[in-house]
Amino acid sequence: MSQGTGPAARRAAVTPTLVSMLRVRDLAVGFGGQPGTDPVVAGVSFDIAPGECLALVGESGSGKSVTARSLIGLAGDDAWLQAAELEINGSDVLGLSDAQWRRRRGRDVGLVLQDALVSLDPLRPIGREIADSLRLHTTLDRAARRTRVQEVLERVGLPDGRTRVRQRSGELSGGQRQRALIASAIALDPPLLLIDEPTTALDVTVQAQILDLLESLKRHGTAILLISHDLAVVGRIADRIAVMSAGRIVERGPAARLLASPKHEQTRRMIAAIPIDKPRGTRLSSPEGRADAPASAPASASAPAPAEVVLEASGLVKTFRRPDGSEQRAVDGVSFRLLRGTTLGLVGESGSGKTTTARLLLALSRPDAGEVRVLGRPFSAVTERQRRRLRPELGAIYQDALSSFDPRLSVDAVLRDAVRGARHAARQAGNAARDRARVLELLDQVSLPATLLSRRPLSLSGGQRQRVGIARALASEPQILVCDEPVSSLDVTVQAQVLDLLDELQRERGLSLLLISHDLGVIQHASDQVAVMLDGTIVETGDTAQVFTAPRHPYTQSLLAAVPRLG
Amino acid sequence: MTDAAAGSLRPDGAPRSARPVRARPRRALRRTLPGLLAARLAGAVFVLWAVATITFFAIRLIPGDPAEAILGGPGSQTSPEALAAVRARYGLDQPVVVQYLAQLGRLATGDLGRSYALRQDVAPLLVGQLGGTLLLAALALVVAWLFALVLATWSTRGGRFAWYLGSGLEIVAAALPHFWLATALIVLFSVWLGWLPPISTPGPAGLVLPVLTLAVPLAGFLGQIMRESLLTALESPFVLSARARGEGDRGVRWIHALRHASLPAISLSGWAFGSLISGAVVVETIFARPGLGRTMLNAVTVRDVPVVIGVVMIVAVGYILMTVVTDLAQWIADPRLRRR
Repeated sequence: MSQGTGPAARRAAVTPTLVSMLRVRDLAVGFGGQPGTDPVVAGVSFDIAPGECLALVGESGSGKSVTARSLIGLAGDDAWLQAAELEINGSDVLGLSDAQWRRRRGRDVGLVLQDALVSLDPLRPIGREIADSLRLHTTLDRAARRTRVQEVLERVGLPDGRTRVRQRSGELSGGQRQRALIASAIALDPPLLLIDEPTTALDVTVQAQILDLLESLKRHGTAILLISHDLAVVGRIADRIAVMSAGRIVERGPAARLLASPKHEQTRRMIAAIPIDKPRGTRLSSPEGRADAPASAPASASAPAPAEVVLEASGLVKTFRRPDGSEQRAVDGVSFRLLRGTTLGLVGESGSGKTTTARLLLALSRPDAGEVRVLGRPFSAVTERQRRRLRPELGAIYQDALSSFDPRLSVDAVLRDAVRGARHAARQAGNAARDRARVLELLDQVSLPATLLSRRPLSLSGGQRQRVGIARALASEPQILVCDEPVSSLDVTVQAQVLDLLDELQRERGLSLLLISHDLGVIQHASDQVAVMLDGTIVETGDTAQVFTAPRHPYTQSLLAAVPRLG
Repeated sequence: MTDAAAGSLRPDGAPRSARPVRARPRRALRRTLPGLLAARLAGAVFVLWAVATITFFAIRLIPGDPAEAILGGPGSQTSPEALAAVRARYGLDQPVVVQYLAQLGRLATGDLGRSYALRQDVAPLLVGQLGGTLLLAALALVVAWLFALVLATWSTRGGRFAWYLGSGLEIVAAALPHFWLATALIVLFSVWLGWLPPISTPGPAGLVLPVLTLAVPLAGFLGQIMRESLLTALESPFVLSARARGEGDRGVRWIHALRHASLPAISLSGWAFGSLISGAVVVETIFARPGLGRTMLNAVTVRDVPVVIGVVMIVAVGYILMTVVTDLAQWIADPRLRRR
């Protein structure tokens, strides 16, 4: 850092004996109503020392984000806040007026939100966004601000600042814009940084780089409150971890101790849910509703017969035109075979062509070259009319379950639609009663109660939505499921339930799964075979165990090195 | 035009790394300023040709003999010799194709012909009327924008009551017909209060009521759009990020939210300008204000074909120019449309 006023120096100037950059005692936060009634966060107490990282971990809805926002005075207009003590950098921030808060935000405390694409103003150059806190809190003139912005960009690992500052969040890659967002929060070097899910939705290698950046901030003396649902991620940089559940801290301790010997049920659940290094077939979630499910024995083990190829891609090519007219081969000669009753994991980082491949497999777009065969019959090379007879054999599950539903349809209507469609495809006459029975059967298969039928997708939780998505895909009794990032928008614990569900379904129904994910942990846990994609080509394939223990391709090796693991 | 609007309304700022091959040439072209203008110019020539062609043939569908209309309309006692002389003079005895080409040729040189009823050249006649109408429409657009901005900003900040009042006002305003609003304004401001003249006298005072008549319904319409998008912008994560850097309420609105909120309203303003010109027909008649709208109405009633064609052509040109202005405004307001 070029300037000599890091948090350490500033801290010394304020109070030499300061041990706690953030001090929270008995924090309670709620929305609407009388202060003190129906809190969503209650009895939360912790300290963070300079240069220390405390991770606040919990499932969505556990109150961790509300806690972070309360600490910067941005819980919301209708929120109430009570605390015995709330101190930032040695001064009381309880009951500050909005104007007083404004003077502190960005200077004493910074906030980094998740998803930098929308957390930076898409219409403004990042240089302006970063310079904002300088404009608001200092008397620096434009030129001086510009110099400082360059320094901050360099500090977050985005050199080449002169051109960078004019770019907007949409023009940067995921990792670059996350760096830019962090830069906008640390432009004034606040001694306390609140970071909300900084690596969610980032590829593993980028995630590792961002964690390194946070690590360097920590070494620099910044106190960090890290919010996450993923224990494996926070394990890398957190000194201490506090686990939140239903608005309260249920367990806390040094990171290593807590991860090695968790005491509280919630912590154990979250650790158990981490898929990496858990053998295929082991449950990640505690059984709920379906206690009869066998706990182990992968299906593939019991099927020694020469496996039949159910889905085959050979030499798939798909080219897109970039806005400037140049060509991009999104998929460049992809071939693989999916065997009956097994799971093939297709792993790669964003932009590697995974989703384009999925669209080609489902014949949602036409390959420029190559062929897709389903159950040994041509699929991509025939007309849609001919393809229609095979379509019921392929089910599809999408990443964003919510946007794959019509928000105006109830769960019942979504599933009835799918059931009726499947019936028409099979040319069966049907009646309302039989459709209804089938809908209930599907719900049961994905362990959802029938009481959800009248709900609309928006009022469901993320996990419930994805279950409805799976139920819909099962309506035509497909033999093959193509799952494109089925769990990437879910919390780790919910992800565990969905992965377990897919595993159960596969075992019970002999399904063949093509599982597309950027998450190596998910792929390792849930796949029999793995194909690693890079820039539109498959660079390595093999049995999961072999690829993960002895990766041959350097790219696979670098991916594996970046995966966050416990301990 | 709709295609450009759809592009600008794209909600996400996702990097457009790739898109299917078919859409390429126009997209690539629109991402540079000269490309955008060139595309617009080519479109404009086509639109003008189409307008001229459609009006030329549409007018031939009007029953009656144009030569009779020139000589004072049906019912006037005209001799066959006089009719023949008029036909020869206006080229009406030529085959349709020849007349059509001659018409195109005249239009290409800016010659709009001669008015049957007023016995003057159409071009200078209309140019004289154009200023008043343009001023009226432009002022109405500006005032509508101001109303919409104020209403949207106030109703998103003043709590639940302001929200319902704002949205109620907008719906009512958007639904008001021009002729009713004009009458109501005249009754209120001229008859009861006596503040403003009931007909459009020269000078600023005479402009107030006509401008308000045109602006209020448009403001209601723009305000509805702006308020929704303002609210979306205010609730977005980048606004939370800005607040977390210490930005105040005013800064959040002016630097971030209003810009996002104005994007859809900008892309609708080109269309709105067209609707203002057609609204001007009503307003200029009610307020007895000289202008393109009133000239058009008079010309239609006496079947003064060259004037009608002239007005249609001028409105088409105005519409095209406004679309270009809208495009430029979008290009400035939304950098995502520009080429990286």
